[in-house]
Amino acid sequence: MTKTIIPFGPQHPVLPEPVHLQLTLQDEVITEAIPAFGYVHRGLEKLAEIRDFQQMIYVVERICGICSMIHAMCYCQGLEEMMGIDVPPRARFLRVIWSELHRIHSHLLWMGLFADSFGFESLFMQCWKIREKILDIDEATTGNRVVISVNVIGGVRKDLNAEQIHWILSELKDVEKETLRLETTIMTDYTVKKRTVGKGVLTRQQAYELGLVGPVLRASGIAQDSRMLGYAAFNEIDFAPVVETDGDCYARCKVRFREIFQSIDLIRQAIAKMPDGELAVKVKGRPEGEVVSRVEQPRGEVFYYIKANGKKNLERVRVRTPTFANVPALLAMLPGMWLSDVPVIVLSIDPCISCTER
Amino acid sequence: MFTMTPTIMRNLLNPPATRRYPTVVRPPFENARGEIVNDIQICTFCGVCAVKCPSQCITVDKKSATWTCNPFACVYCGVCAESCLSGSLHQKNDYRKPVREKTMIVLQGEIIKKEVKSHEPADVPQE
Amino acid sequence: MIVSDIPVCPENIVGETAKIKVEGYRFVTLTCVELDETRVDVLYHFDRDYQMKHLRMTVLKDTPIPSISPVYFAAFLVENEIQDLFGIRFQGLAIDYDRTLYLAEDVKAAPFCKYVVLKTSATLNTPGENPS
Repeated sequence: MTKTIIPFGPQHPVLPEPVHLQLTLQDEVITEAIPAFGYVHRGLEKLAEIRDFQQMIYVVERICGICSMIHAMCYCQGLEEMMGIDVPPRARFLRVIWSELHRIHSHLLWMGLFADSFGFESLFMQCWKIREKILDIDEATTGNRVVISVNVIGGVRKDLNAEQIHWILSELKDVEKETLRLETTIMTDYTVKKRTVGKGVLTRQQAYELGLVGPVLRASGIAQDSRMLGYAAFNEIDFAPVVETDGDCYARCKVRFREIFQSIDLIRQAIAKMPDGELAVKVKGRPEGEVVSRVEQPRGEVFYYIKANGKKNLERVRVRTPTFANVPALLAMLPGMWLSDVPVIVLSIDPCISCTER
Repeated sequence: MFTMTPTIMRNLLNPPATRRYPTVVRPPFENARGEIVNDIQICTFCGVCAVKCPSQCITVDKKSATWTCNPFACVYCGVCAESCLSGSLHQKNDYRKPVREKTMIVLQGEIIKKEVKSHEPADVPQE
Repeated sequence: MIVSDIPVCPENIVGETAKIKVEGYRFVTLTCVELDETRVDVLYHFDRDYQMKHLRMTVLKDTPIPSISPVYFAAFLVENEIQDLFGIRFQGLAIDYDRTLYLAEDVKAAPFCKYVVLKTSATLNTPGENPS
């Protein structure tokens, strides 16, 4: 049997981001997959040397467009811990609301791309149509659609008034209704099941040893979710990770669908429990020391390591994004699969290459 | 089977989700972060905006009383408008329109009188 | 959480990591921090039940570090990244990109080093080196 090497990407119709996979095939079956990066490395961590620690909030936000707010939240939480700042309760609840809105729109975006990866174009459009509602909420409440820049060290910049809260709740009801309708479509459809069930299976053991994060890990039966750390206001909200046990593409899809409904529920809880009060506290002095900060992004856990030495500029900002941790999963999932399953499997980890390379 | 059909039928009967953009424009949200405008008459050229800007797209020259902004490097975070001491900088809720050529916004203000008078005669016309 | 770490050195890093794996920790990542012209800190982060464990290794820039990718396969990616950005070499990588993960083949500089590094192709191998 002859071996064939097929390049997948960096430009590929189903993958919006530049990752290159070198696939070794035996007939139609993959025997080896080697990823290659380096197409969108921007050196944002290096920018910490010329931007001060306040400006870095807006730089880290641009590591990833989809989870922008959560990047900034993680960074701010790290510095708040380092500088011993207590964030006002209202700000913590507002952070929960915006971060969960981001999770919903990220999952809907992924759902669309995933549907597109097996050629279900109308579902792709439908998902993005629902997502638009969330983006409108973001724009109306914060001023921007995606990169919402609401976090500052010590709190948030924007507030929600009663009218906006009422509107958000009614919009969320629509989103919930429409997503439910899509869920029955995507989860019971014969074609979708044919393309996803049993594809790219990761066992519990494999997923844990590869250090995977987020929905990929939870779909393999491990209840690991950084929101359990109780950052922002998650310690005051009723929350339990969503877990599925099959470990295939179908299970990952299911986890994300359930997380959308969970996020809607979390926003409702946060709105119900949100106290009145100030939005941010004044920050005095400069950070000094080392800190590690973790939060849960739509794609999984993001890890920040920040080192400061009492100067205006931070000494080192290190970001481990969720996709960076999930790339080794591809090397474990792809061998043994058919070439035609590659787009589905690659998309099932929700790859964000801009995140990965920073 | 046919689980997508009700959705498709609903889409068929409802008006389109998109707009015919240049002819139909949605009104911007009330506090959307759009274009940055500087009321140069009030501006004191303190330079706080230039220092705070994360993308460093603003340059302020106190001596010649010029305020320059590169709208194509601006990330519309709104930090400059928030931190403006004199209240001259603010943000519109509408986005910058697309253009054919990239240009800088250069605003020429009046040189403040007690500023080094000998250096330059204060006869720079306003733009 | 503020970093409280366990000091390790290149000789025992693989052993320590294997021990941590037996204890049931999940690999999180590696962090490389430049200290001065010659030294860097390499931090290893692990997690178990939301509790983190950090190992800290202070090494000279031209000392090759044994890779932990035979223990935790997922570490190959971040070790390759550090190789690219800081110019430190790892030995025994599961997949070695040879400094081409992010960089082009002909780049010799280490872009994340604040201090200029003089790259010597034949790295000065000092096995007994154990700074601080």
